[in-house]
Amino acid sequence: MADLGEEVKLIGSSNSLFSSRPRVALKLKGVDYDFLQEKWWQKSDLLLESNPVYKKIPVLIHNNKPVCESMIIVEYIDETWTSKGPSILPSDPYDRAMARFWTAYSDDKFPSLLRVLTGPVPGEIPEAREQFVASLQLLEAALEKCNKGKIFFGGDDIGYLDIALGSHFGWIEATEKLAGIRLLEKEKVPRLAEWCEHYFGHPAVKDIMPMTEELVAFATEVKSSFSAPAK
Amino acid sequence: MASEKGVMLLDFWVSPFGQRARIALAEKGVQYEYKEENLTEKSELLLKANPVHKKIPVLIHDGKPVCESLIIVEYINEVWSDKAPLMPSDPYQKAQARFWADFVDKKVYDCGSRLWKLKGEEQQAAKKEMIEILQLLEAQLGDKKYFGGDSFGFVDVAFVPFTSWFYSYETCANFSVEGVAPKIAQWAKRCMERESVAKTLYDPKKVYEFVCFLKKKFGVE
Repeated sequence: MADLGEEVKLIGSSNSLFSSRPRVALKLKGVDYDFLQEKWWQKSDLLLESNPVYKKIPVLIHNNKPVCESMIIVEYIDETWTSKGPSILPSDPYDRAMARFWTAYSDDKFPSLLRVLTGPVPGEIPEAREQFVASLQLLEAALEKCNKGKIFFGGDDIGYLDIALGSHFGWIEATEKLAGIRLLEKEKVPRLAEWCEHYFGHPAVKDIMPMTEELVAFATEVKSSFSAPAK
Repeated sequence: MASEKGVMLLDFWVSPFGQRARIALAEKGVQYEYKEENLTEKSELLLKANPVHKKIPVLIHDGKPVCESLIIVEYINEVWSDKAPLMPSDPYQKAQARFWADFVDKKVYDCGSRLWKLKGEEQQAAKKEMIEILQLLEAQLGDKKYFGGDSFGFVDVAFVPFTSWFYSYETCANFSVEGVAPKIAQWAKRCMERESVAKTLYDPKKVYEFVCFLKKKFGVE
């Protein structure tokens, strides 16, 4: 139930994994919102008005004030609805710095690698795969170091880094299918594989993340619309 | 690194990213040990403290490393919270501060580098982009004293180191920051009245000497 006088809207898309980040955060906090779905081929006036700098989803509009950039939105949600749900960011400044560091790392690495892995140049796939697997190894080590023996990066419950990574990992199965390769190998990254299972089964996540088949269909649709028209 | 008590900053003199950390530490009055890195021959300590990126700046606090300049600034703000708050307390204002600091991060350094690395049409395109960036930031600043309002804040810390590169950008690409974004030029002067900024930033002509050295190194002329 939305609090009296609170109006929360989220401009996003159910296929967009960056959009999933604020959605998971809002669900964790038990905050109701209007989900305004953007069409990927045509940006709405509201989006262009609310995010004139980047013109991208997601955008949270809280009582008519827009907040942009997915993890900035997640932090805003955590800081605004403090009495609801678990804390999303850790309380210790060093733990917060670590969560932000690995979030920045994965945002820097994964989108471009995933693009190459599902892209039109098969020759680039082996190197991208190698880099992806190396990144997973780094995260496996980070998980071992920072979760203090618990399942999630956030400890007993999901937190900032879990939400950030979850949005990239949501693409892993779809990418494996599209490119015909294995990326997340349980034998090589057992903790991450276990984390994945728990994250995608979490009540705040499971109805939000698109199914692999939907993502595969979506990626195929986008790709074919950009292909050169047949002569 | 042993759990040595204290604060150390691994840095490179002219790095605007390192300067963010230095300015934040100075604003908070934190004593620290500064270690200048030779970027062509990185120290064991740097490689151990930042194995992922192997880059400066790295803040080492009681033996624990923090990497990435804006993450370091937020860390400094959160640990030494008793003095000179760099973030507003209101969540919406905080989100705005993070957004614009991130914007500076995404745009200024890369575009600035293209101004001195490129020539001809590509340089003109970079110049047009830099002017747009400066004007967007100017619109955000408005008539406020600082990006943070009356207080020097997160966006000010994020952007001010680049003011010592304005002279280099102007000289390489033939334009004037004062001409295209006068409020930004005035803001830069106001920031230089702060001890933390004046003691950290180098003379723009010295920065330009460094840019010329880089140009030679990259074979740009």
